[in-house]
Amino acid sequence: MSTISLHDTHNHDSHDDHGHHKETFLTKYVFSQDHKMIAKQFLITGIIMAVIAMCLSILFRIQLAWPDKSFPLLETFLGKWAEGGRIKPDFYLALVTIHGTIMVFFVLTAGLSGTFSNLLIPLQLGARDMASPFLNMLSYWFFFSACVIMMSSFFIQTGPASAGWTIYPPLSALPTAISGSGLGMTLWLISMVLFVASSLMGGINYVSTILNMRTKGMDLWKMPLTIWAFFLTAVLGILSFPVLVAGVVLLIFDRSFGTSFYLSDIVMGTQVLPNEGGSPILWQHLFWFLGHPEVYIVIMPAMGLSSEIMSVNARKPIFGYHAMIYSLIGITILSFIVWGHHMFVTGMNPLLGGVFMITTLIIAVPSAVKTFNWLATLWRGNIRFTPAMLFAIGLVSFFISGGLTGIFLGNASLDINLHDTYFVVAHFHLVMGSAAIFGMLAGVYHYFPKMFGRLMSNKLGYLHFWITFACAYLVFFPLHFLGLDGVPRRYYAFTEFEFMQKWVTVNVLVTWSAIVAALAQVAFLFNFFYSIFKGKVSSQNPWEANTLEWTTPVERLHGNWPGEIPTVYRWPYDYSKPGAEQDFIPQTVPFSQTMSSNMPHDFEGNAESERIQKEWEALEATKETKLD
Amino acid sequence: MSLRKFISNKTIAALAVIVTAFANTSAFAQAAAASTAEKPVDMGPVYKSAIFYTMAFLLICLFIAILGKALKVYELTREAQDKPKGINWDNVNGIIFALFLIVGLYGVYWEYTVHGKMILPEAASEHGKKIDSMFNITLIITTIVFILTHIALFLFAYIYRHKGTRKAYYYPHNNTLERIWTIIPALVLTVLVLMGFLTWRSIFYKIEDPNNKPLSIEITSSQFAWAIRYPGADGVVGQKNYKLITSENALGIDFNDKKNLDDQIADEMVIPVNKPVRLILTSKDVIHSFYMPHFRVQLNTVPGMTSYFEFTPTITTEEMKAKTADPKFQYLFLCNKICGDGHYKMQKPVRVVSQQEYDEWVAEQGTYLTDDLRKAFKMPVADAAPAPAAADTVSKDTAAVTTNQTALNK
Repeated sequence: MSTISLHDTHNHDSHDDHGHHKETFLTKYVFSQDHKMIAKQFLITGIIMAVIAMCLSILFRIQLAWPDKSFPLLETFLGKWAEGGRIKPDFYLALVTIHGTIMVFFVLTAGLSGTFSNLLIPLQLGARDMASPFLNMLSYWFFFSACVIMMSSFFIQTGPASAGWTIYPPLSALPTAISGSGLGMTLWLISMVLFVASSLMGGINYVSTILNMRTKGMDLWKMPLTIWAFFLTAVLGILSFPVLVAGVVLLIFDRSFGTSFYLSDIVMGTQVLPNEGGSPILWQHLFWFLGHPEVYIVIMPAMGLSSEIMSVNARKPIFGYHAMIYSLIGITILSFIVWGHHMFVTGMNPLLGGVFMITTLIIAVPSAVKTFNWLATLWRGNIRFTPAMLFAIGLVSFFISGGLTGIFLGNASLDINLHDTYFVVAHFHLVMGSAAIFGMLAGVYHYFPKMFGRLMSNKLGYLHFWITFACAYLVFFPLHFLGLDGVPRRYYAFTEFEFMQKWVTVNVLVTWSAIVAALAQVAFLFNFFYSIFKGKVSSQNPWEANTLEWTTPVERLHGNWPGEIPTVYRWPYDYSKPGAEQDFIPQTVPFSQTMSSNMPHDFEGNAESERIQKEWEALEATKETKLD
Repeated sequence: MSLRKFISNKTIAALAVIVTAFANTSAFAQAAAASTAEKPVDMGPVYKSAIFYTMAFLLICLFIAILGKALKVYELTREAQDKPKGINWDNVNGIIFALFLIVGLYGVYWEYTVHGKMILPEAASEHGKKIDSMFNITLIITTIVFILTHIALFLFAYIYRHKGTRKAYYYPHNNTLERIWTIIPALVLTVLVLMGFLTWRSIFYKIEDPNNKPLSIEITSSQFAWAIRYPGADGVVGQKNYKLITSENALGIDFNDKKNLDDQIADEMVIPVNKPVRLILTSKDVIHSFYMPHFRVQLNTVPGMTSYFEFTPTITTEEMKAKTADPKFQYLFLCNKICGDGHYKMQKPVRVVSQQEYDEWVAEQGTYLTDDLRKAFKMPVADAAPAPAAADTVSKDTAAVTTNQTALNK
């Protein structure tokens, strides 16, 4: 699907002089080892998966809003899963499960990190390609296979996995417990192993590229925040994803080879199962040891992208560059010791609950610092509202709204009554769903010229942003109150409970908002695919940004720079520097060319440079007095 | 150029669709008019058809395309006449942000007051009151932060929208500011953590009051039902063993344990007000979650692991009916962990009553050990005296013991 024949038309013979062998269609578009092409493959696969997952969500939203209406069209498309035009309970659970899995793993992990780490790490660091282009290619194809296997579970008799995206055993381990735990779950597990292999290959590649392949002058403290975010995300992934694989392999053993890692004392109906000695809680520990870092794997690249985009479009340096990095590091470290807050009410030892509550609420501090720094970046800026900028601001809004409700859920005592209710649904859809998607969309709008050499339509972008932004709030804000009323998530219908009936009308509002938001994505999809072929041709540096990627030619060569790789002299955020001619100074401009705008702290205590600067300033002063 | 071509193609296609649809609806209308000459046309089926909505969407797309085209023409003519650029989109977006702030703040107020009134009534348990007051404190703090940060965010977006005449203020960092907004959240969170931690401990580490011993109730979850077991006169729910589960002995009660003989089974959970209740939570098959929203009680039921939750109900059902002004009000507990396709139906009613009403009710409940079970386990049916009294007599019953022994050995 993503063979990307929709690519540009640049003449691929032109860089034979770089010593590359002649490319064929297969090596260029399919088994490409060029990081930019792989990024596009990840992006387009991610977009397709996102559209699929979005359609699934619309299906189950329809069921929630009109639980007793029949939609004959559903039967036409879904056959036995929507007999009589109504989605069946087990298929409903399959829908929420696969929606969650695709969105979290395939869209917001692979689609986001895969796209922008691959695209930006070599470009912003000044490298010709990734450390291992071959591994990079493998990473994409593992991801692609994982997607295909996951989707194939819709075409088997027992249906896709349906134990929730967290697939807690014993429900996920016993095919007799739910039909989705048959072959569908096996496919889910296989898909996930491939997916983790893919993201490990990607992660190792990102880390080694960032540590080893920076251009001359690009020390760690001159890297753009995007790269810092990708770097820490990759570290998180490398350390936590293997734990998921361990958990998954044990679950495969339990399911297929009769072991009892997660199973004990189980009676299905009156049939006593032979498993003894396992613990379902073990799975939850293993799963959330990945699962919690995972939400930061999802949000950190989005944060990095919007930091960069907000700085460029506010024409202002990012406020507190160092604080931004330290808070990312803080989040990275802390995210490993908070997984237990997903398990406050599992019956885990209450002492552990107390400890995890403390670590969880500490993580709010670096998050708060990031938020305030973003606000300070906007303050007294000169904000250009490109669609990318709008989405970056949207991310900040969602991150605040969703982050604040995290303070409720991180508090073990409050979690007792909120756990697994719609409050949780609202919380993570805002803070990790909407915020991360907005970061990703901001990245797409901003880096589209770098990927395809053309610009997307701004006006369609505005339309897309405003409808999506308003509808996302209309969808998720009311859901908090369902949670506060004790309405559990993953309920097929609210018809069985007297106290939930009053929420059905709210569900209608939510579903309509979700449908409108989904239709607004048509504006994006049209804009995206249309602009690939017919968009306005971009200039080399359309946003007047400082970072290295905008010094590469619009034509996107294999090897990135036609000649020598540029050297870096300064940090990436010299926007609107007083004394400078333009309101941006690219990283490649040496301080010797910007004598009028240099500041004492620019030289980081280099005595020689400071002396030269002082001499120049003295000279200027005498010139001025002479002129007077 | 190509855009124009595309749009004209699309226009033609859309027009064709509209014409066909119009023909169809008018055909409908004619048919309807023919049958019931005077009745207005029934549009119900039209509104239900997917084609109606698809067409509506296509129409909107067409409208947007035309609008886009018009904007483009407008901008091009401005450009051709050497006038300043047509629409300043920075202004437009900035103003929408300001409007969004106003509408959004009103929306939040509306949500808090309208949907906020539809949430759970006050906590009906002792620890629930602590949870509620902590919830309120957290809500106040987070609402203030939410409003202030959003005012800042959207106002900054409005005030500092791009103007050609202005240059942004170069302001890379300010250590004092950064220290302030690290330390203040840290302090606030410390307070919240401490409160949460102390409440959490008070919920899970209870010191037993010898004068007010808790009533033990055992809950067993299975797909998709709850079983409630009361301890009987001895106040202790007896042992059970999942290996003993059969269709007669659905909970796998171990009759070796004489504490089981007086245990009672109930169809609803009835608890006396102001008396601590100790829930013993177990599961037969998959993980479920025992959730009593009105009492702020929740704990998962996990196969192979017994968990406990102790709480004290403080408001009877009757009082709550008066408080909520809802004569149909009923406490309940439900399943709050995905457990299969019947997950959305798992519930049981709960009644909080006075001690006296409870005593009357509990006396009426049958024992778990029914005559059928006695027969099945070859226990004497004849001297099946009222369960509490039977406790010591039956313990001598060796037949029952051997039956259970063999069952266990299976």
